Amino acid sequence: MTRTLQHPEPPLYTANEPKGFKTLKFDVWAFGTVVIAALIAMPIFWVVGLALNSSGDIWAHLVDTVLARLALTTVLLMAGVGFGTFVLGTGTAWLVTMCRFPGKRIFEWAMLIPMAVPAYVIAYVYTDLLEYSGPVQGLIRETFGFTNGSQYWFFEIRSLGGAITMMTLVLYPYVYLLARAAFLEQSICVLEASRTLGKGPWESFFKVALPLARPSIAVGVSLVMMETLNDFGTVDFFAVATFTAGIFDVWLNMNSPSGAAQLACMMLLFVIVLIALERYGRRKQKFHNTTTHNRALPGFKLSAPWAALAFLACAVPVALGFGVPAWVLGSYALNFYEETLAADFWTFTFNSLLLAGLAAAITIVLGVFLAYSLRLGQVRWINGVTRFAALGYAVPGAVLAIGILMYLGWLDNTIDGWARGHIGISTGLIFSGTVIAVTFGYVVRFLSLSFGSVESGLAKITANMDGAARTLGAGPMSTLKRIHLPMLKGSIMTAALLVFVDCMKELPMTVVLRPFNFETLATFVHQYASDELLPEAALAALAIVAAGIIPVVLLSITIAHARAGHTQHVDAAPQHIPTPVQEVSP
Amino acid sequence: MTTGLMMERIRHAFGATEVLKDVSIVAEAGKLTCLLGPSGCGKTTLLRLAAGLEKVQDGQIYLQGRMVGDGKTGLCLAPEKRGIGLMFQDYALFPHLNVYENIAFGIRNLTPERRTWIDAGLERMGVAKHRNSYPHVLSGGQQQRVALLRALAPEPEILLLDEPFSGLDVTRRAQVREDTLNFLKECGVAVLMVTHDPEEAMFMADHIVVMKSGKVVQAGTPVQTYFHPVSAFVAELFGAMNHFEGVVEKGQLETPFGAFPIPSIPDGEPAQVLVRMEGINVSLDAHHTVPSTCRTTTGHVVDTYLLGRSSHLHIRVPRTPGQGLSDDNEIILHVRVPGVMKPEPGATVTVWADPKQVFAFALS
Repeated sequence: MTRTLQHPEPPLYTANEPKGFKTLKFDVWAFGTVVIAALIAMPIFWVVGLALNSSGDIWAHLVDTVLARLALTTVLLMAGVGFGTFVLGTGTAWLVTMCRFPGKRIFEWAMLIPMAVPAYVIAYVYTDLLEYSGPVQGLIRETFGFTNGSQYWFFEIRSLGGAITMMTLVLYPYVYLLARAAFLEQSICVLEASRTLGKGPWESFFKVALPLARPSIAVGVSLVMMETLNDFGTVDFFAVATFTAGIFDVWLNMNSPSGAAQLACMMLLFVIVLIALERYGRRKQKFHNTTTHNRALPGFKLSAPWAALAFLACAVPVALGFGVPAWVLGSYALNFYEETLAADFWTFTFNSLLLAGLAAAITIVLGVFLAYSLRLGQVRWINGVTRFAALGYAVPGAVLAIGILMYLGWLDNTIDGWARGHIGISTGLIFSGTVIAVTFGYVVRFLSLSFGSVESGLAKITANMDGAARTLGAGPMSTLKRIHLPMLKGSIMTAALLVFVDCMKELPMTVVLRPFNFETLATFVHQYASDELLPEAALAALAIVAAGIIPVVLLSITIAHARAGHTQHVDAAPQHIPTPVQEVSP
Repeated sequence: MTTGLMMERIRHAFGATEVLKDVSIVAEAGKLTCLLGPSGCGKTTLLRLAAGLEKVQDGQIYLQGRMVGDGKTGLCLAPEKRGIGLMFQDYALFPHLNVYENIAFGIRNLTPERRTWIDAGLERMGVAKHRNSYPHVLSGGQQQRVALLRALAPEPEILLLDEPFSGLDVTRRAQVREDTLNFLKECGVAVLMVTHDPEEAMFMADHIVVMKSGKVVQAGTPVQTYFHPVSAFVAELFGAMNHFEGVVEKGQLETPFGAFPIPSIPDGEPAQVLVRMEGINVSLDAHHTVPSTCRTTTGHVVDTYLLGRSSHLHIRVPRTPGQGLSDDNEIILHVRVPGVMKPEPGATVTVWADPKQVFAFALS
């Protein structure tokens, strides 16, 4: 080539001077990511460490006595709820996406409503209705003139079967949501091809649609099972001996933290399996999407009897999962709201709002930090660290609660010991049993929620936006502030809301980590319901359900706006160059 | 002090794929340098390296004589500290900012002079009435002009353009290209532009750097590149060509137009002669007299295609002049002539080649 220029002068910058992009030795983003990941991982490390370091006799005792039973019950519960939500979620998703019957348009979003009810609330309601002293059995006795329970058979709601039913009723929307999305993404041409090749609607469903939707359904079911494993309120109330119940029993009644930690570790094995299942599903999702463009789904027109059946199949879960509990709680609240208010309802509400708000704000800040640090992609291993930090959602609250309690206890003792030794004063417990402890628990568990939302929001912004801002003189921080945050406003609001509502509903960690005599709406309802005083707590339960409605409404709006055949209005620059699809946590 | 951009011995790999193999280029101040090559030849990567959006793995980058990237020491000055402007292929306008805010984004100190500059630029580019509009309501051409103004607004020392016209439809492209060129010339900024369109490169560039599979194969003025291609690859960038292959004998290669001298290739070596489609002249007069410097032959029209501004002819000629036509000894020439020329199939024509449009290369 033509070389008209002579050799350049010596460089102004040398290797020893501070350098810019990607080469900083000390990098705020990498450092921050590691600190956050370490903080988030601490409870789990503590549980594992405690389990490994304890003497073996408790473990041997546990193995001899309860372990097999706990494991079996847990597996049965998870399998039952998994199967139930699979049938209910996939079936209703197929009906509302592919069939035409009265009410289909409403059911498209109405199927989600039971999501608003926490499993423990629905468990309290149905126990209240269906137990021996409840109105249903009372009516039966009155109608048939029975005088006691031995004269007729009635199922026991407070049982494993009952727990499976309760959780299925409020968790099936997870499967519904993912299965529905998968069915919508399937090109209708694939189904039409199947029909022209001589397969009937049923056969097309089982041979084509269901296998194509399998990865999404696997993700949905694995999320359901994680929720099941996390549940504390229902199994505690129903006295179903799962790992969660076992952990609290060994810990509090047998007074053995290390035994509880060992059970918690067993539980983590379940978690690993579930994460693997979820990851498998998400990996396959990318390849099972057959569509290029959605066409409006023509839908199978159902004849009257079939349409009636389809209507019932959709209406019954909504009625049982939301209608009945809302009605029962509503009528109780009307009659007993004075008792609830007298029990300091407003303080509990304030406590709930305070904790949830605090946790939502912190998770958003950390989530944005992690997701943006990952986007900057300065150091390769950051990816792994971030993913690890985002695993909290899979770890059951009971396990996190033990870990946090032990960790903060150790921290308090260490600080106290140091202070006594050096300053001669006792600091006592600084973190344990404080609002900080509960908030920490929430952040560990729900960080993945905000991280996932922010990350998927960021993934929709092309890398060229960053490049444009950087070449126009904005540094990474300034780019985040001027470009990404304004564009991410929606994702961030959604994420904050999701975290907020989940914190409002959270029970196991709140019960364990809260300050003495500190009640939130959730702990109050749990306490009263356990004492058979559900009517007196109905208003508080209703408040939790009302908060739970918010994300359901958000999801419904998204669904209504993004029907197949319509593209969502995206208020963004032309995005010719697709950004790489990133793995997104729920 | 050296001005402009200078990239020295750049190597770059994504994983195991080496996309740049020892590339050196210079984009001088006040000039427009074009990186020309097929997609995947590494030209966009080179641009991103210059901007600092990719970290240099091997080689050095100098801006205005100052080293900004060095593979050996790991030096890589942040893009925001380089004083370069980059216009993306997809424009990458910020969707949440309006036209004016987009353009002003990179200006640190929005002085009255800069405001005047923006206003003048908006006026000059015909987007003044859209100053408060958001990017999604603009047409592709308007977005392109806003993106150009935005890249120039901070007064960069060098402007990088990544396929700046590829997003525009063909009918608008020529006009936007001309406007852009005039505007850039007025600004006097050093420009490094990436394109795969040879016509665009010819039109815009003061200096063309042709790249192929991560290597620079030729660098020079548009005239040099067009009339003195160093390889068949460079020659063929400007359109498909007529190939004649054979073995060099007595420093010459036989073609339908007669023997062409190939002094650079020794006797007995395989070689090829390439003739541009537009480098072949056709006369419907079978006995047309041609300039003495040109070699001529007679052929028969096979097909004609009217393309609008030019006509495309397929002409059958004997492999070696003077021999009669026989099936295994004939060649179909592809010829582009300006204007309308539509002889009947089978018509006898005189064909001769413009020696400036004939290139000989060794056959590897």
